[in-house]
Amino acid sequence: MSAVILFLGVIAVIAGWWLSQQRLTSKPWLEEGSIHDFPGTGAVTWPAAKVGLGVFLAVAGCLFTLFVSAYSMRMTLVDWRAMPVPKVLWFNTGVLVLSSVALHWAYIAARRGDMDGVIVGLLAGGTSAITFLAGQLLAWQQLGAAGYFVASNPANSFFYMITAVHGLHLTGGLVALGRTTAKVWRQDAMTAEMRLSVELCTIYWHFLLLVWLVLLGLLTGWTNDFVDICRQLLS
Amino acid sequence: MVDVPYDGIAGTAIPPAEVPDVELYHPKSWLTRYVFSQDAKIIAIQYSLTASAIGLVALVLSWLMRLQLGFPGTFSFIDANQYLQFITMHGMIMVIYLLTALFLGGFGNYLIPLMVGARDMVFPYVNMLSYWVYLLAVLVLASTFFVPGGPTGAGWTLYPPQAILSGTPGQDWGIVLMLASLILFIIGFTMGGLNYVVTVLQARTRGMTLMRLPLTVWGIFTATVMALLAFPALFVGSVMLLLDRLLGTSFFMPALIEMGQLSKYGGGSPLLFQHLFWFFGHPEVYIVALPAFGIVSDLISTHARKNIFGYRMMVWAIVAIGALSFVVWAHHMYVSGMYPYFGYFFATTTLIIAIPTAIKVYNWVLTLWRGDIHLTVPMLFALGFIITFVNGGLTGLFLGNVVVDVPLSDTMFVVAHFHMVMGVAPIMVVLGAIYHWYPKVTGRMLNAGLGKFHFWVTFLGAYLIFFPMHYLGLLGVPRRYFELGDAAFIPPSAHSLNAFITVVALTVGFAQMTFLFNLVWSLFEGEPSGGNPWRATSLEWQTPETPPGHGNWGKELPIVYRWAYDYSVPGAAQDFIPQNQPPTNTGAVQGAAS
Repeated sequence: MSAVILFLGVIAVIAGWWLSQQRLTSKPWLEEGSIHDFPGTGAVTWPAAKVGLGVFLAVAGCLFTLFVSAYSMRMTLVDWRAMPVPKVLWFNTGVLVLSSVALHWAYIAARRGDMDGVIVGLLAGGTSAITFLAGQLLAWQQLGAAGYFVASNPANSFFYMITAVHGLHLTGGLVALGRTTAKVWRQDAMTAEMRLSVELCTIYWHFLLLVWLVLLGLLTGWTNDFVDICRQLLS
Repeated sequence: MVDVPYDGIAGTAIPPAEVPDVELYHPKSWLTRYVFSQDAKIIAIQYSLTASAIGLVALVLSWLMRLQLGFPGTFSFIDANQYLQFITMHGMIMVIYLLTALFLGGFGNYLIPLMVGARDMVFPYVNMLSYWVYLLAVLVLASTFFVPGGPTGAGWTLYPPQAILSGTPGQDWGIVLMLASLILFIIGFTMGGLNYVVTVLQARTRGMTLMRLPLTVWGIFTATVMALLAFPALFVGSVMLLLDRLLGTSFFMPALIEMGQLSKYGGGSPLLFQHLFWFFGHPEVYIVALPAFGIVSDLISTHARKNIFGYRMMVWAIVAIGALSFVVWAHHMYVSGMYPYFGYFFATTTLIIAIPTAIKVYNWVLTLWRGDIHLTVPMLFALGFIITFVNGGLTGLFLGNVVVDVPLSDTMFVVAHFHMVMGVAPIMVVLGAIYHWYPKVTGRMLNAGLGKFHFWVTFLGAYLIFFPMHYLGLLGVPRRYFELGDAAFIPPSAHSLNAFITVVALTVGFAQMTFLFNLVWSLFEGEPSGGNPWRATSLEWQTPETPPGHGNWGKELPIVYRWAYDYSVPGAAQDFIPQNQPPTNTGAVQGAAS
């Protein structure tokens, strides 16, 4: 459970930093009067949707970290047999990076007010994300054909489960991306609301890319040495 | 409402906060107004009614269990399997589907926007979805009573391997639907939780700094943050257990003989599930307790006409409890087998968490000290909560220590402990809170006479039920047993005591019907309450209409000038000053907005 404790530690530091800005040591019973007398304690200037996404990413991050925790605890047991890495995962990773880059392109275009650039970026991002999902299914198929079934070894079970959870999160993102694309498609000029939608999609995509890279390192066993070092440090 | 907004520095008027800061959704038909509503107040009522309905089912299950325990062998319609199913469903419903949903989905939805001065939750559509997914989770859960094999009898902790092995009741459908229902619940809760957190962060009205929030909001807010981070652990555990059950994976399942044959499983770790489960399960205790702490602080302050003692310390304690509760989970696993130093570590953190909790108890008592105590029904329940919580908390200190926990772990002592601290105590707050806020929700008072009867029967009855149960536990009477049989260490008096507890439990259970009657009767016949019957300071009592209309606050949002606890301020004309009353005219009489 050390991975998730570490993750919550990071969350706690962020929350603690934020709380330290909120004058938690003030004495409200003495401070009667208008807000202007007591500056710096209003709401964050971010839009609510952005804060909402931030909170959601914390929850999703916690979920994935718990999977990582469970993985690292289960892999120490004797029946664990590491699985070969399907080559297509490399391709998928590249496509997901492309997807993130395309959305970042759309985000920059949105800030410039370049409508065509936004559309191109969103469509490219969406297409490559769908390609990634198809590639993941292909990886499943190849593993199944090679006899690595979901229940034949815990390493396999984790692979299928974690990729499925990641894929579901990406699918949810695609729904939001589709809505954003439709919105941009219908409009002639950039509005603040559209800019925000594009930005939120981009943040979510970068998050899922980061999660995928961590998971990839774990599932392919590249980070095993690192996990071992951490484990020794703790015990 | 505020007529002339006041600016402390320049003396110039602040322009009022006009409506368009949030685009309100407008219901177009009866269906979107009352059924598929996006108004947090309606969603709150939907949550509360659904949670109470399934909670009543759990109450009936507890009667059936008590009948079996008090008079074993008398009731032929209860067999050993059913008894296990009753235990499981009673625990799961009460902890998750009743208390969590009621405190966060019910009180959270109703009170957060009103108390922080917002028009609604920030994502009303997601908020509506949250309720409907929750309802679906409840329906899936309830459906397990009707599927072949019935609900799961694995115990509310659902420990593998037995949870999914044949021989455990509900192995076919019950466990699968239970896990599916939990997964749905968590998805629904996450949608709602995002709303509660972001609304507190982003939608506070002008002047409502964090340190001016009523403690109710602090409690619900912190509990929601904890729930958002803790429920994923249950989610992960449920998904993995579901895969073990359905696809034959071995995340948790060791190699074992099932019905005389070697099962398909092998190599898994049941302890892994316990870690995941309690990583959720212990914060869950405080997810239920923190809103109760917050609400009880407000009830005591209002009904003792005194500012809350040590407001800052109360806030810090809430935050500290929230953080600490994530590093105590393994104290539920002392008897599961673990490295002894871990037990030492978790015993220490468990005892440390008693400190902020004790601070809160002292502050409640010091708030009462020399207060102008009105023994209204909400106040009675708040006092009942403090006493019960202290009782339950003290036995928690016993169980937090490894050497004391090991012999007591599987006895009725534990049952008595967690029912006191997590069952009776939060329910006292729920009931007190309903008596307190019912006038705001309906515009009518609940009948006080019936309420006092309800309180005394519930309070005294709870002690008659659970105090003897501690004694049974010390005798060694085991928990989860269908029948005690003839054991030398269980004297006949213990059996009589069990029968006594059953009689009291049924009495207390039926006494709750007076409360249900009161809720319905007062809706039509209750005394009209006006806008602020308790003469309270916090914003929800200052709405222009009661019950609050759509959008909560007429044309302008309220502006907050003070904290929520200006009771009995020396020199003030009234013994309370609403949060939205400007400082210049504290002496002037400003009647409750109605």
